[in-house]
Amino acid sequence: MKRILLATAVSAGLASAAAAEPVNIGVILGFTGPLESITPAMAASAEMALKEASDSGKLPGGITLNPVRADSTCIDAAAATTAAEGLVTGQNVVAIMGADCSGVTTAIATNVAVPKGVVMVSPSATSPALSSLEDNGYFFRTAPSDARQGEVLADLVSESGVTEVAVTHTNNDYGKGLADSFQAAFEAKGGKVAISAAHDDGKGDYSAEVAALQASGADTLMVLGYVDQGGRGIVQAALDTGAFEHFYFGDGMYGQSLIDAVGSEINGKVIGTLPGVEGEAADIFATLAKAHDMDPTGTYVPESYDAAALIALSMAAAGSADRTGIRDHMLDVANAPGEKIYAGELAKALDLIAQGQDIDYQGATGVELIGPGEARGSYRVYEIKDDAPVTLGYR
Amino acid sequence: MENFLNALVLFTNFVVIPATTYGAQLALGALGVTLIYTVLRFSNFAHGDLMAFGTMLTIMVTWGLQALGIGIAPLPTALLALPVGMIGATALALLTDRWVFAFYRHRRADPVIFVIASVGVMFVYNAITRFFIGVGDQRFEDGARFVIRVPDFRAMTGLREGLALRTSQVLTVVVMALAVAFVFWFLNRTRTGKSMRAYSDNEDLALLSGISPGHVVRVTWVLAACLATLAGVLYGLDKSFNPFVYFQLLLPIFASAIVGGIGQPVGAVVGGFVVAFSEVTLTYAYKGVLTYLLPEGMAPEGLVQLLGTDYKFAVSFVILVIVLLVRPTGIFRGKVV
Repeated sequence: MKRILLATAVSAGLASAAAAEPVNIGVILGFTGPLESITPAMAASAEMALKEASDSGKLPGGITLNPVRADSTCIDAAAATTAAEGLVTGQNVVAIMGADCSGVTTAIATNVAVPKGVVMVSPSATSPALSSLEDNGYFFRTAPSDARQGEVLADLVSESGVTEVAVTHTNNDYGKGLADSFQAAFEAKGGKVAISAAHDDGKGDYSAEVAALQASGADTLMVLGYVDQGGRGIVQAALDTGAFEHFYFGDGMYGQSLIDAVGSEINGKVIGTLPGVEGEAADIFATLAKAHDMDPTGTYVPESYDAAALIALSMAAAGSADRTGIRDHMLDVANAPGEKIYAGELAKALDLIAQGQDIDYQGATGVELIGPGEARGSYRVYEIKDDAPVTLGYR
Repeated sequence: MENFLNALVLFTNFVVIPATTYGAQLALGALGVTLIYTVLRFSNFAHGDLMAFGTMLTIMVTWGLQALGIGIAPLPTALLALPVGMIGATALALLTDRWVFAFYRHRRADPVIFVIASVGVMFVYNAITRFFIGVGDQRFEDGARFVIRVPDFRAMTGLREGLALRTSQVLTVVVMALAVAFVFWFLNRTRTGKSMRAYSDNEDLALLSGISPGHVVRVTWVLAACLATLAGVLYGLDKSFNPFVYFQLLLPIFASAIVGGIGQPVGAVVGGFVVAFSEVTLTYAYKGVLTYLLPEGMAPEGLVQLLGTDYKFAVSFVILVIVLLVRPTGIFRGKVV
């Protein structure tokens, strides 16, 4: 009797050892703060990818991935660092999907992720400064650097024959970074930035800012701000006083709320860019997202899926849930050569990896990691026509 | 000649019109602050958020009227809703006085205690406003937006530069003029106004001559609340409504009241325009204007801007410091704060 009991106990112990412990993956986004309206969808998208990989049962050793959420607050670097610290030491996460805003992402990377050797994949930090971060290869992002957006905007402006523009940007890292990268790219093309002035968000009156911009003598205004904040105030004041007739918008200015507020006067005066992908990758993700009751066009929702999927795939390529292994195999699974993998095909990708074959993860946004491990990026160019943004093309 | 006209139009469009409108809004706010200061003898920090509260009520009633299809086009519907906002703000101010300030008055507390209490009241007002309407920008302007539009002006005059004049800007100046005229008439000609001034000059003497202090205090709050709502609604109509913006307005409003001489209604009005014109003219870039005025070849390369627009609020600070150092009584010899 004793022997039987012992045998049962031992075999039970063995069985539980075989069904591997779930591996924790941190999902650190600003669930409170300025981005709180878009982060739940981003987290859901990332968790969808992790679940897809776990449910396939094809991760090495049959491990499952367990998302652990933490709050980056988007603006408070100290709080974000504490939250990430908790994930890495308390929850023992092997990789982090996040963070969202460039400031807190830099803080987490330099204070926690890089010193502790944990891979971070941000779906939405776009500051050019992150490209030159001392990251020991642990930091990746599925969102493109704003340096690239600056180039796209400079191309658009110079192709339309404009040689002189006034630039106004929101007074933070994002606005300043984008304004600088646009100016560098535009001047390289022989254009001239007549004035580059910051505006503060949350003010009632932007007429003084617009007056200074107008005085520069340029006829075209580049607005690199936020659609529900100072950017709208600037556009409204510029139209009211007749200071500018032509506008170019950065990605923060995309939104129907601006058109609703300013009215039909804006029609035909605006060309803007925002991150966006066309073609197969986007269509496949749209179908997948809708099947899970998610909005595929949500801000940084596809990028979030890709960030989480890349973590799962490079874990498989590494052969175990090893922090450094995930880092080393990230670029292999993300880039060519290999078979193209789209959203919803993670099981197929895991099979291929198990067979020792190369994959080229395309995911929801046509991922291609360049330079220090950041998305090359693709932008949708739109104009405002008949009270709605109309897509002109992609570049 | 045409160059001169262009320069004039440019300057009017970007300096004179915005500064006049802004000055009128500051003047109304400063008038309320100065009234409270004269009669109740403290600087009411809650004035900015009283503006926000009255404006919020007005906006809500405006939305209701708009939904019912009631309007007074081409004038904005908000004018119709204004009395409700004023009554609401008055009720709030009177309740605050009864629950907070009356307590300190009976104890004959120092003015600084009143000021600190008013800071507390300010936070409560702001929280109430945000609780009801949220923290975002609200727009409630309707009716005809423009009196003169830029393209029309260009077509009319054939000048290169355009001029825009919005309905809300005209409305602001007209309403300000009417309100100020009414306040002056009220203070100088009516019995209640005279008793307010008597109470302000010497409280004990006024009490001895049979003036009811309760009545004076109540009338002061009613006036201040109505002026606050008026200023707030005009600012919101002209720019946009956001609960936090009125808190930022507090500094230029106090600067206006002090520049003009605190306790002097005329001073508040003049101070409002002084502060507004200083803010706008110091941060304006004169490149365009000078290009028209100077002979060809002498046009400036730079922007010819004294201060970046980021420093707009710093201008109020500097004015405040200079006035307090050089002439603490202000232009019209008000009380020393």
